[in-house]
Amino acid sequence: MATVLGIGRGPRGSRSAVSLPVPPALRRKRRRELSTAVGFLSPWLIGFAVFFAYPLISTVYFSFTHYDGFNAPTFVGFKNYTYILTKNADFWQAARNTVWLVVVMVALRTVFGLGIGQLIVKIRSGAGFFRTAFYLPYLAPPVAATIGFAFLFNPGTGPVNHFLGELGLPQPGWFTSPTWSKPSLVLLTLWGIGDLMVIFMASLLDVPTEQYEAASLDGANSFQRWRYVTLPNITPIIMFAVVTGVIQTMQFYTQAIVAGQVASGVVGNSGQPFQPGYPSGSTWTLPQLVYNIGFQNFDYGSACVISIILFVVAMAFTALLMRRRAGLVGED
Amino acid sequence: MTTSPSERIRSASFRRATAALACTAALALTAAACTGSSNAGSSGNVGSSSAPVTITFWHGWSAPNELKAINTSIAAFEKANPNIKVKAVGNDTDDKVNQALRAGGANAPDVVSTFSTNNVGEYCSSHAFADLTPFMKADGLDPAKTFPKSMLDYTDYKGDQCALPELGDAYGLYYNTDMFKAAGIASPPKTLSEFDADAVKLTKASGGSYSQLGFMPNFHGYENQSEHLLGQWGPSYFTAAGKSNVAADPAFTQMLTWEQGLAKSLGGFTELEKYRNTFGDEFSAKNPFETGKVAMAMDGEWRVSMLKTDAPELHYATAPFPVPDALASTYGRGYQTGTIIGMNAKSSKQAAAWKFLKFMTTDTPMLVQFANAISNVPSTFASLQDPGLDHSPQFQTFLDIANNPNTNTTPATVNGGKYLTTIQNFEYDFEAGKVPNLANGLKGLDTTIDNDLAQAGQ
Repeated sequence: MATVLGIGRGPRGSRSAVSLPVPPALRRKRRRELSTAVGFLSPWLIGFAVFFAYPLISTVYFSFTHYDGFNAPTFVGFKNYTYILTKNADFWQAARNTVWLVVVMVALRTVFGLGIGQLIVKIRSGAGFFRTAFYLPYLAPPVAATIGFAFLFNPGTGPVNHFLGELGLPQPGWFTSPTWSKPSLVLLTLWGIGDLMVIFMASLLDVPTEQYEAASLDGANSFQRWRYVTLPNITPIIMFAVVTGVIQTMQFYTQAIVAGQVASGVVGNSGQPFQPGYPSGSTWTLPQLVYNIGFQNFDYGSACVISIILFVVAMAFTALLMRRRAGLVGED
Repeated sequence: MTTSPSERIRSASFRRATAALACTAALALTAAACTGSSNAGSSGNVGSSSAPVTITFWHGWSAPNELKAINTSIAAFEKANPNIKVKAVGNDTDDKVNQALRAGGANAPDVVSTFSTNNVGEYCSSHAFADLTPFMKADGLDPAKTFPKSMLDYTDYKGDQCALPELGDAYGLYYNTDMFKAAGIASPPKTLSEFDADAVKLTKASGGSYSQLGFMPNFHGYENQSEHLLGQWGPSYFTAAGKSNVAADPAFTQMLTWEQGLAKSLGGFTELEKYRNTFGDEFSAKNPFETGKVAMAMDGEWRVSMLKTDAPELHYATAPFPVPDALASTYGRGYQTGTIIGMNAKSSKQAAAWKFLKFMTTDTPMLVQFANAISNVPSTFASLQDPGLDHSPQFQTFLDIANNPNTNTTPATVNGGKYLTTIQNFEYDFEAGKVPNLANGLKGLDTTIDNDLAQAGQ
């Protein structure tokens, strides 16, 4: 059997291919190399197939079915899509909340993380202490941190409002107020900014010092040095922070549901019905809606629709940012 | 024996590929080992309870007195049925139960009890719980002659009796007798207008907040859930055709406007919310009624035993919760729900599981000891009449509410308690002033509930 071997591949449109028979020994060698490569790649390939491809395909499949998790799914066409997009009372509220969190939380986390990183890189003494102090909250388990925050910010008994009252300042309802609940969640995530701070610190320390020296020799002031030396160098890291931040925030679940449950006073297994989003649906996020509809209301099909919407939006946003990346980092 | 270079290369390549595959296989096997094994079942466990068998029972009780009571009940069952051992797992939640029932397997529960009656429709319609009718027929157990109607109503969905009541909860009024005396109130209110007047009399403002509140009307005030309060009206949640009825039944409008009016007369929603946030955990000694922050509270009968433990010095009494003035003749009614118990439809030990379930729901001495130990309303006619039952005045109130013919419950639907949380969320918006037009809001609520039911397949 003759195998075609491409030789002399030139520029597109001027490709000249000469077919030569491949010697059996070379063919065997290539097959061995391929099997070895596939063998070593197989853990990843299996992981990808089991934990990404299969769930993704089944999510798409289940989104077109009525499926309660107990009985065999039945095909319902686009009924679940129609229900979620036009009839479900919670979807658009959860979507608005999720978008709000993505815009505000990601922007503030990036700015705050960069600001703290910049400050710690600059200070001459006590950097170790501050680095540790800002990083430690990131290590707190999200559930414990949220419960702690809910108690600290309790409008009736929490020390935060007590302190504000002593200063004669307004005392917001924090997690119990529909106006303040999302800003309270943002405060909570800013408190745990340690991960971004460390990444930004590493990127700031990685900026070549000779570039700063050259800029200084050219008469650049500190703002200009930051704008024309620091920023271009750390733009890929800012891009990374934004992309991962968007994806993480679109999956925002734990803090929102725990804060809602603690602030509402509904106890887990008391038999009291609890729907996430307290107060007044202001902390509903799409991941909570996925769980609520799929696992609590036994409607996997509709939950899969929301998951697909989340996936598509996250992919589109990431693709958009990656396309803009070249311009942002100054590449061709 | 010598080998050629090409053979050595082939051999080396083969070893590398084999090593890679072996690594992969090892990883895959390790992962598989973490996923548990399926329930192999065993002969003698299906259709017969004669062979020794261990069944798994999940329940939600967690307080020491509750655990002691349930373990006493289990011990009594095991003594009467030496071939059946019960592995009890406490402190379950509905989410855990749902996951376990879906997953199945050797560690899944055979028998499940849950405090929420809301999921009965889902459990029955999805066949997560087995229909108990064939088991009851085989044993000659007539549910209508054994259990009160309201309790059967919340354990049945469209004729599928997939659960049975295991003790019940009735809701009534707790009031602090010392505070009543200080305010010059001689007896508990029977109508809502009397109740509102008493609540105002019992309220003491202090420094922009309260030193004592007559009653916390806000819907997040622990047991002030819509269905509990609506029980005083006895509403029809659905039409005969199964459509949502909240806009058409005046009970919903009346209850919401009553709650809003009372909140206004006690200082307004915002002030009350601020005060509510100073309350301690509902199921602890920091409960606002136990600490004297509120003079009156709507609560279940279980508070009687909690008060005995947490606040033995507190002087209080109980009464049925007041009814609307126009329904004064129905005074004595209340909302009723309870703990339910069902059998995993995937259980391979259903004969033994049914034996245990039947014991837990119908054995009179067990029910009486359990009801007394955790201050719950017993769930059979026989146990309600038993002389061994706690008949202290505080507890008797709830037994009377449970026996009242006007006492009601919430209907089971295919999507569980979804309609209740939808109504509840609407009420939160309403009390916060976010619903400009109540009539239109209730119509919208009907549409939402109907859409959700249609989506779930009703």
